[in-house]
Amino acid sequence: MKTIDALGVKYKELNEIIDETIHIDENITLNNIFGQRYVGRILPSNVKLTINGTPGNDMAAYMSGAEIEVFGNAQDGVGNTMNNGKIIIHGNCGDTAGYAMRGGAIYIEGNAGYRIGIHMKEYKEMKPLIMIGGKAGDFLGEYMAGGAIILLGLGLKKGEDLTGKYCGTGMHGGKIYLAKKAQEFNLGKEAVKVKLDDDDKAFLKKHLDEYAKYFKKDLSAVKIESFVKYAAVNKNPYKNIYHKL
Amino acid sequence: MLREGELRIPSGCSISGIINKDRKRISGENIIKSIALMHDRSNGLGGGFAAYGIYPQYKDFYALHIFYEGLSIKMKVEEFLDKHFEIESAGNIPTRVVASIINKPMIWRYFVRPRIYLENAKERQMDEDEFTSQCVIKINKDFNGAYVFSSGKNMGSFKGVGYPEDIGDFFMLDTYKAYTWTAHGRFPTNTPGWWGGAHPFTMLDWSVVHNGEISSYDTNRRFVEMFGYNCSLQTDTEVITYLFDLLVRKQKLPLEKAITIMCAPFWDDIEREYDDIKMELKSLRAVYSSALINGPFSILVGFEKGLLALNDRIKLRSLVAAQKGETVYVASEESAIRLICPDLDKVWSPKGGEPVIALYNNEEEK
Repeated sequence: MKTIDALGVKYKELNEIIDETIHIDENITLNNIFGQRYVGRILPSNVKLTINGTPGNDMAAYMSGAEIEVFGNAQDGVGNTMNNGKIIIHGNCGDTAGYAMRGGAIYIEGNAGYRIGIHMKEYKEMKPLIMIGGKAGDFLGEYMAGGAIILLGLGLKKGEDLTGKYCGTGMHGGKIYLAKKAQEFNLGKEAVKVKLDDDDKAFLKKHLDEYAKYFKKDLSAVKIESFVKYAAVNKNPYKNIYHKL
Repeated sequence: MLREGELRIPSGCSISGIINKDRKRISGENIIKSIALMHDRSNGLGGGFAAYGIYPQYKDFYALHIFYEGLSIKMKVEEFLDKHFEIESAGNIPTRVVASIINKPMIWRYFVRPRIYLENAKERQMDEDEFTSQCVIKINKDFNGAYVFSSGKNMGSFKGVGYPEDIGDFFMLDTYKAYTWTAHGRFPTNTPGWWGGAHPFTMLDWSVVHNGEISSYDTNRRFVEMFGYNCSLQTDTEVITYLFDLLVRKQKLPLEKAITIMCAPFWDDIEREYDDIKMELKSLRAVYSSALINGPFSILVGFEKGLLALNDRIKLRSLVAAQKGETVYVASEESAIRLICPDLDKVWSPKGGEPVIALYNNEEEK
């Protein structure tokens, strides 16, 4: 395993060092990361990055199969247009994580910011996933076109909702699973509650187990039956705005 | 020249702020370090700082920082200053030679006290703040080639064209000690960068640094100009400063109420409130509809009593807050806080429209 001290290294240089290092060793630890951008961008399968610090914006942009584990909080744009791979964040993440994500999985131990999973999509076997342990900000799954978001809402204060406003606004595909029912006013018009079937329950079970394993958490209090599933009201919610049928 | 697609400038402004609520003063080194980490968010066309508590020996005087484009305008402005103020002290603001800082104007500083015995001032029952602010507005409006970029007491703004860390070095901010610092790295979108257009924008003790763009600028501008302000700097952020000065200093609204006006709750959120709150929120939106700020923003506002950080209502710009003991940090990126304080007690992301207000624990410096 190679270790890179990133203190004071500019993002461009750091990413070039990573690109070179993976030819020698695919298992890399980055220490003293302070806001360098695009760490893990495009990285292919078999590469594993361990990040100690606060990685910068657009971490894992266009990532194509690598695994990143962050010990700290991540900033904005985690997994921007990511193709495949896995991100595990032992902390919170900023806004727009999973923006236009096309595949792979992001597991966030704590809270997530605004616009998580905005316009994430799926195609055939490529089905992206975002799982959030805490709460999420406004516009969760806005314009969502595919994939799945799971929101656990662990550690909420009394009376606090697990999602912000406009959850699923403009949604036209994919699924949002909330560990409990959200306030009606927090849901966008295009997201509707649908019944949880056996496939959903198996899917949730699988990912709850993953979350528990990654973050060493006991999720026995989280009941799969009490999850609420939201899906798109139809595949083309804004059609009538542009073209009268 | 590189064509579109061949060159990428990944930028979007940066802000950072530090306040010690016990008014413990620290040098400018940390704020420079913090804003420098976000170097790539700006493009070298503007950087600036506001510092509170830096002039304790002159704390009863207004500190006017002025850019002059030439000697003749300086003489005209000084004649004006002499007529309206007692000048306790005047001189160059000390600077260092920094290779990247070029085309600098003459940068002067005056510690002044209004000549309140002026007859027209007395007639209009003006207090010193109002008198000084009107003089600042007059210079910025009518004295072409001169620009007052700081006018508060025991505080100052330092700004110019360049990357913020270079501007900080240029103004020797490592030699100042302040209990509140704010900083800005600029990526100008609508205007070319110029010295007056760098952030912070100030009026008396108010200073504002801003990441974003105010789409309600003209509505807001027309509103504040009805109360005697003049938006002469071609930049949206200026109007936010005047809105705070107008609502809080002149109209004496509590800060929280001014925030509710500028970041008013949406109508459907108001509908869910209890009747008396609903009534008040509706009234504020109706009376102050022109003071509503629209468009993406995250701002830091320094003022007499502390520091305010605020996002637009749907959080279109990033903002992170943190706390360590009696020190509160706010920045565009968490890494810019962690770099100068690795062992924070608490880190959080404020919601859109939800202010972070850090007030001093004591009225005066010990």
